Amino acid sequence: MTDAALKAAQAPLTDNREGMSYLETLPRKVVTVYLPLFIILVVLLFPFYWMVITSVKPDAQLLDLDSSNPLWVVSPTLQHIEKLLFGSAYPRWLFNTMIVATVATFLSIFASVLAAYAITRIRYKGAATVGGLIFLAYLVPPSILFIPLSAVIHTYGLFDTPFALILTYPTILIPFCTWLLMGYFKTIPYELEECALIDGASRWQILVRIVLPLAVPGLISAFIFAFTLCWNEFIYALTFISSDHNKTVPVAIISNFVDGDIFRWGSLMAGALIGSLPLVILYAFFVEHYVSAMTGAVKE
Amino acid sequence: MAMDSLAATPARMARSEPSRWDRLRVNRNWLGLWFMVPAMAFLLLFLAYPLGLGIWMSMTDMRIGRGGTFIGIENYVYLLDDRDFLRATAFTLTYTFVASIFKFAIGLYLAILLNNNMPFKAIIRAIVLIPFIVPTVLSAVAFWWIFDTQFSIITWLLRKSGLIEPGYLINWLGDPFLAQCSVIFANIWRGIPFIAITLLAGLQTVSPSLYEAATLDGASNWQRFRYITYPLLTPIIAVVMTFSVLFTFTDFQLIWAMTRGGPVNATHLMATLSYQRGILGGRLGEGAAIATAMVPFLLAAIMVSWFGLQRRKWQQGEAND
Repeated sequence: MTDAALKAAQAPLTDNREGMSYLETLPRKVVTVYLPLFIILVVLLFPFYWMVITSVKPDAQLLDLDSSNPLWVVSPTLQHIEKLLFGSAYPRWLFNTMIVATVATFLSIFASVLAAYAITRIRYKGAATVGGLIFLAYLVPPSILFIPLSAVIHTYGLFDTPFALILTYPTILIPFCTWLLMGYFKTIPYELEECALIDGASRWQILVRIVLPLAVPGLISAFIFAFTLCWNEFIYALTFISSDHNKTVPVAIISNFVDGDIFRWGSLMAGALIGSLPLVILYAFFVEHYVSAMTGAVKE
Repeated sequence: MAMDSLAATPARMARSEPSRWDRLRVNRNWLGLWFMVPAMAFLLLFLAYPLGLGIWMSMTDMRIGRGGTFIGIENYVYLLDDRDFLRATAFTLTYTFVASIFKFAIGLYLAILLNNNMPFKAIIRAIVLIPFIVPTVLSAVAFWWIFDTQFSIITWLLRKSGLIEPGYLINWLGDPFLAQCSVIFANIWRGIPFIAITLLAGLQTVSPSLYEAATLDGASNWQRFRYITYPLLTPIIAVVMTFSVLFTFTDFQLIWAMTRGGPVNATHLMATLSYQRGILGGRLGEGAAIATAMVPFLLAAIMVSWFGLQRRKWQQGEAND
C-alpha cells in the first residue's frame, strides 16, 4: 500500500477511485466528479425550484418573461397559496388523500405482516410457491387492471366512495410489503422463537411479542414506502372517483385546476408543491428507511 | 365420537389425540392458512379476479352501463386495423426503449459519481432521491408548465443564450415529435433517482480491495469498470432494469398529466389509449383488449431482461475464473 501511494504521489496521473480516493488530486476530482454531479443535480432539482418560484410569483411576472428575470421573483406573493387553501376544496382533497393513504397502508401492513410471517416462519406446505406468486403479483401493473377493477367496484357498489381506493390500493402495497418484511423476518434468529415456544407462547404471541419488536425498522420502511405509493397513486383514483369532494390531490390537481384560465399556473404550482410537501417532510425524517425499503425490495 | 374416551382418560389421551379445534389451531398448514387469509383475500378479490375478468371482458362488446356478449377475438381483430392503436403500440415501445436506455446509462453514471468520497455525501444522496418521492403527477404538472408554449422557461433560456431568435416560440407539447421527446425526457428525469440509488447500494457491496488489486495489475479505469464493477453489479442491474422497463411500459400518469395522449394522438401509450377508449369512450371491452394486449409485451420484457442478463452473468463468471 505505501509503495503504491509513493508511486502515485510521484505520478499523480494514476487515477484511483474507491478505497484509494486519497490519491486523487482535487482539480481532477472537480472535473471528473463534482462538475458532472452538479449538472445532474441541477437538472434533477430544477422542476422543484421552478414549482416554488412559480407558486409565489405575482401573475404579472408569470406572464411577462422579458421585463424581469423569470428565474427569480421580485415581489413574492402568497395569493396563489391563499386562493388554494381558502378559495378551493384543496384542504378537503388533502384530507381525502391522507385518510385513504393511511387506512390503506395500515390494512396492507397488517395483512403483509401475517403473510410474511407465515411464509418465512410457519413454512406451511407450498409456502415457497405462495412467496413466488406474491412476487409475481408485484409485477402486475395497475394500468392493465383498472378497467376490470372498475367493473368489480361497480358490482360491489363501491364506486365514488373512499372505500374503492382503500380496498384496491392494498393490491399494490401487499406484494411489496410482504416481500420486504419477509427479508426482515428471515434475519431474526430462530432460537428466539424456539425459546418462546418452549415457554408456551402461541404463534400469535410470538409474532406480536418477539418478531414484531425486532422488525421495527422493517415495519417503518414498509410503512413509509407504502404511504408514498398510496399518495402517488393516480389511475385508480382517476377511474373510481367521480365527485369532487371525494377526489385525491393528484387527480384533483389534474382535473379541477385545468381550465381555460390563463392565471391558473400559480395555483396549479402551489397545489403541486403543497401536495408534495407531506411526502418530502416524511422522507426527510426517514431517509435511511426509505433507501433500505427500495434496495431491500430489489435485492431479494 | 372420541369424546367418550377423552372423558374417561383425562390429560394424557387428550395430548396424544388433539381435537379438531386443536388441529386447526396448531397444525402448521392450517395455521399458515389462517395467517394468509387477509393478504390472500385482497389479492384474489382485487387482483387475480380482475386479471381474469379483464381477459374475459376483452372478448366481449361490453360498454359502460350494459353487460356485453361474447364476441371472441373481434376486439383484437378490430384493433389490428386501428391506426391509433398501432401508433400507440409503436410509441409505447419507443418510449420504453429510449427512456430505459437513458435511465440506465445516466443512473449508473450517477451511482458511480455518488459512490465517491466527498463532503456532504449523505445530503447529496438524499437530495438525489427527491424526484422519486414527489408524486409523479405533481412533477408532471411542473413539466407541463416548463414545456408551456408561450411561457416556457427553456425557450426563454435558449432565446437569452442566442440559440434561437428573439420572439421565436417552440411548441413543445403541441408538435407531435417534440411532445414525444418532452414526455420521454420527463420520464427519464423521474426514473434516474430510483436506478441511481439502487445501483449505488449494489456498488457499495463491491470490495475496494478488488479495485486496488486491479490497479496494481495495471488495469485502466474502463477495465476496472468493465471487469469488476459491471460483472458484480449484473444481478442487481437485472432486477432494477426489469422493474424500470415494466413500469415505463405501463406508464400512465406522466402522459395523462402532460399531454393526455395529444397532440393528434402522438403521445398515446397503450395504457392511456385504453383509458380513453374504455373509460372515457365507454367501450369497456375494447379498452380491456388494449390493456390485455400489453401482457405479452410485459412477459417478453421480463424474460429478456431477466434471462438475458442472468446468462451474461454466468458467462462472465466463467471468464473471470
